[in-house]
Parts: sequence; C-alpha cells; structure tokens
Amino acid sequence: MKKLNKNYYKSLGKRIYRGRQLYLLLALPLIYMVVFSYVPMFGLQIAFKHYTFKGGIWGSDWVGLKNFIKFFGDRNFSTTLINTLRVSLYSLVVGTFVPIFLALALNCLNHNGIKKTVQTLTYIPHFISVVVLIGMMTQMFNPIVGIYGNIVQAITGHRAVDILGIPKAFPHLYVWSGVWQNAGFNSIIYIAALAGSDQDLHEAAQIDGATRLQRVRYIDIPTIIPTAIILLILNAGKVMTVGFEKVFLLQNSLNINYSEVISTYVYKQAFGSGSNFSYSTAIGMFNSVVNLILITSVNKISKKVSDSSLW
Amino acid sequence: MAKAKKVKRSGADQRLEICLIIIMSIIGVIMLYPLLIVVSTSFSSASAVISGKVWLFPVDFSLEGYKAVFRTNDVLIGYRNSLFYMVVGTVINLFMTLITAYPLSRDDLVGQGIIMKLFTFTMIFGGGMIPNYLLMKDLGLLNTVWVMLIPGAISVYNMIITRTFIKSNIPKEMLEAAQIDGCSDIQYFIKMVLPLSGAVIAVITLYYAIGHWNAYFSAFMYLNDKELYPLQIFLKNILVSNQVEADMIVDEQVQSVEGIAEVLKYSLIVVAVVPVMIIYPFVQKHFVKGVMIGAVKG
Repeated sequence: MKKLNKNYYKSLGKRIYRGRQLYLLLALPLIYMVVFSYVPMFGLQIAFKHYTFKGGIWGSDWVGLKNFIKFFGDRNFSTTLINTLRVSLYSLVVGTFVPIFLALALNCLNHNGIKKTVQTLTYIPHFISVVVLIGMMTQMFNPIVGIYGNIVQAITGHRAVDILGIPKAFPHLYVWSGVWQNAGFNSIIYIAALAGSDQDLHEAAQIDGATRLQRVRYIDIPTIIPTAIILLILNAGKVMTVGFEKVFLLQNSLNINYSEVISTYVYKQAFGSGSNFSYSTAIGMFNSVVNLILITSVNKISKKVSDSSLW
Repeated sequence: MAKAKKVKRSGADQRLEICLIIIMSIIGVIMLYPLLIVVSTSFSSASAVISGKVWLFPVDFSLEGYKAVFRTNDVLIGYRNSLFYMVVGTVINLFMTLITAYPLSRDDLVGQGIIMKLFTFTMIFGGGMIPNYLLMKDLGLLNTVWVMLIPGAISVYNMIITRTFIKSNIPKEMLEAAQIDGCSDIQYFIKMVLPLSGAVIAVITLYYAIGHWNAYFSAFMYLNDKELYPLQIFLKNILVSNQVEADMIVDEQVQSVEGIAEVLKYSLIVVAVVPVMIIYPFVQKHFVKGVMIGAVKG
C-alpha cells in the first residue's frame, strides 16, 4: 500500500513535470482569473460591514446582517423584486416561444427566397448595441417627430402619447424589443436541430398521407423539445438577472415604478445621492445568491429530466 | 429530391404554405422597417423629418445629418477610441483565450478539471458591481485605457467554445505523433493547434470584436475622461439623453435647428452601426457554426 502510494505520487510528480509548458501557458490566465473574478468575491464582505473610504474593504467595521435586514425592510424591496421578476419571466416565456415558432415556420416554408431573406433579416439586429437599440426606440417612439408619432397623428388626428413614459408599457417595450433583436439569432439552434432531424420519418409520414402540419406536430416538435427544455431550464436559472444596461437606458423618471429592477437599484444606492457601498453590495449579493441557488437547483432538475446539464 | 418535392401537395399543405408566406413576409417587414426608416431618415432633409414626411424612403435627399455628425468632435473621438479598443482588446482577448483553452483541452493535464471548474464558477457567481468597482479603483485602472481592455480579457463562454472545438476537432493521435518526433507542448500549440483552429478563432474574433464595439457598461462605470470615451457613451448622451450640443448643429445654412438635431441622431445611428454591418456578411456563416460549437456543451 505504501509503495503504491509512493509510486502514485512519483508518477503524479512526473505527470506535472511533463505538463510544465502547459502550466506556463496557463499562468497568466490563472492570475487573471484570481484577480478579476475571485478577488471581487472577497470584496463581497463589505456587505456585512459599514464601508468607509478610509477603512477600505478590509478595515471597515463589521455590522453583521444589518444591511440585508435593511433591504428586506426597505419599501423598495418588494417593488424592485416584483419588477425584476415581471420583466425576466415575461422575457423567459416570450423569448423561448418566439424563436421556436420562427424555426418551425421557417423549416416548413418551401419558398427558398423568402426563407433566406427572413433568416438573414432576423439575424441582423442581434449585433446592434443596446445603446443603439434604445436610441432607435427613443427616436421612433418620439410622439412628435418619431415615426410612431407620425402614424398615430395620421390615423387619429391627435398627438400620440409618449409610450416610453408609460410605466405599464415598459415590460412590453423591454421584452418585444428584445424579441426583435434576438429571436432570429436564438432560432439558429432550433433550425439546426430541425435540419438534422430524421428525413426518413418525414418521407414515411408523407407516404401515409400526413399533412405538413401533422408532420410539424408529430415529427418537428418532438425533435426540438429536448433542446427547448434544456435552454428553458438554463434560462430559468437566470430569472433574477435582468441586464443592467438595457433597463437603465430605457428607464426614465416617468416609468420608474415599473422599470426599477434590482440591478439599477444597486447602482443608485452606490452612486446616487446618499451613496452607500455596503448597502448596495448587500442588495447585489442577495441577488447573486438567489441566482446561484436557482441555477444550481435548476441544473440538478435538468440532469434528472434530460440528462444534460451545465456541469 | 426536386422531384420528390413536386409530388402532389394536398390542399391543406398548400394553404399552410400560403399562410406561412404571409406570416413570414409580415415578420420580414417588422424586422426590416425599423432599419429602413433609420437609414431613410438619416438621408432626408431636416425639414422633411421635422414635419413627419419620411415614411419609407428618403425625402428631399440630403447629407445634412452626416455633415453634422462629422462636424461633431465627440463622435470623432469616440470613433477613434472605439476602433482602438476593438482592435487592441480583441488581440488581447484572442491571446488570453487561446492560451487558456488549449491547456484545458488536454485531458492528461493534472488539475485540468479543477481549473475548468474554477473558470466555470465565475460564469454563475461574481462579486458584482461595487466589489468590481473597488477592485478597479485599487488596481489604479479607473479612468485609464486599460480598464477597457483588461477586465474582460477572457470570456469564459468563448473559452469553452474554443476548448470544445480543439477537443473535438484535433485528433489525439496527432499529439502523440508530434511528441514522438520531439515536439514540445508550446511548439505543438503554435504549429499545429493554432493553424487547425481557424474556424473557431474566426467565430470568437467576431464575438469579441463586436462585444468591444458595442461595450457600454465598463466605460459608463469606470471612465470619466471624455478623451477616453468610446463611441457608445457619446451615442448614449446624444440619442438617449438628448444632449445635442450647439456646435454640432450650428451651420449658417441651416434653417431648422431642431430638425437637424433629429436627422443628426439618425445619421449617428447609421454611422455607429456601419462597422458591424461591414463585418456581417463575411461572418454570417461562421456565427451559425459558433452557435453549434457552443451548443455541444450546455
């Protein structure tokens, strides 16, 4: 037993030595990873402290769970949480079904010209920046000089209302602009799955007199369901993550009741008036921890249900 | 195959095809219209825009908007900076990603699994906004060029795509043969792995380059020197916050100041998106491939 151990370590040492050049390559990335990903995790301790610029991360006084308790008692707690969930669940549902629908429809279509054109057109917006997307929306939904304003004026004869300022319109604007931007790109994976589906099955079904719609129902949809389930589950693990940039850019003082999500609230607590780094970090940390729990449990479910998981 | 397709289609199928053509055409129009209206407006005259005459194509074709854009010093600064961040940043990204992905693609490397887990974990958990901000401050990166280049040097997602590609496309036997010939790991990486990874390098170059061009958040958080701002910050100020400064629109021949401010915005959108759209046709087939490589794992 002892001998075996010794041999094991000897050969382990040998294997490590043999990989020396690979470790050399990895040295820089490892330093990078530690500094830029793991060091900030230690910075999370300020969520349990009263951060002062003088004391810094390590020198500030501990306050225990005070910041978390403050957040749970904050009157904005439920509002930001509900706003976050509203926007993300809405995106999750729409963002899952629209690409599937698009892929199925494109797959069914025999007209190659339209197929190619629509495919190309739906990919384009994916690479437009969020700033430009919001800029386009600001311009086009302008009630006075935007195309939306022009259309409403032409049809009703009245000046249009400012959609961007209506709180209830915010989730719809957020989600559907996201669909416009990403549905095409997100459908690629389903289109590829459909292209790889069993052609014999289609032929057999055709011979038996199945209509195209029946083949969609009994062949195409079952083909993409595994992919859809995995993506849905993985995305479900991110429901507490609403991108900061887009919400922040689309936000204004009029729609704030619906558009203040956790990430924008975190930003304002830190850099707005009455800047409080510790409180802000606590809110952010609450969000990340919930996310972590969600994605881990969802990953477990995914492993059980579909045999595929992130790790 | 062509013959098989022509085999009599039932009435139901024909109706479906017609429905689909209609639906797809509508979707095509929805996709295209916002893009078209931006381009058309950018080439229209200020007075036509302000009086709402532009519906589809440019009205009173004019380049006023573009002239105003290129008179704007901010836009030029932003353009220059964004190009710099994109080129240098992407080079750093590629270097870092490749030297991470290759060693981690080697199953015989001791500790490969653990290192991989450490990288993957950073995808699902992180310090968040404030600890990151404090880190940049402590490292002295705030308000420097480096803050736009270093913090995102490795995208773990792209690294995994690259690793998966190397693992599944470069046969192990080749490494064994090279080792017998006395090839070291670094030599093998440079002479064999890199040349054979062209496809995946193209994909991640695209992702990184567009990511840099579109990046807004880090500049917004960490920069406050106008000379360092990327284009996206100026875009935000002009398009979203509507800060159109007098020097952009003052021109002796301009009658409608308000109108030119509007056209300027549309022209600016076009100018900002052009670099991405130039790359687009060349890479369209690659990114489909990229999605597929990425889909192999997860």
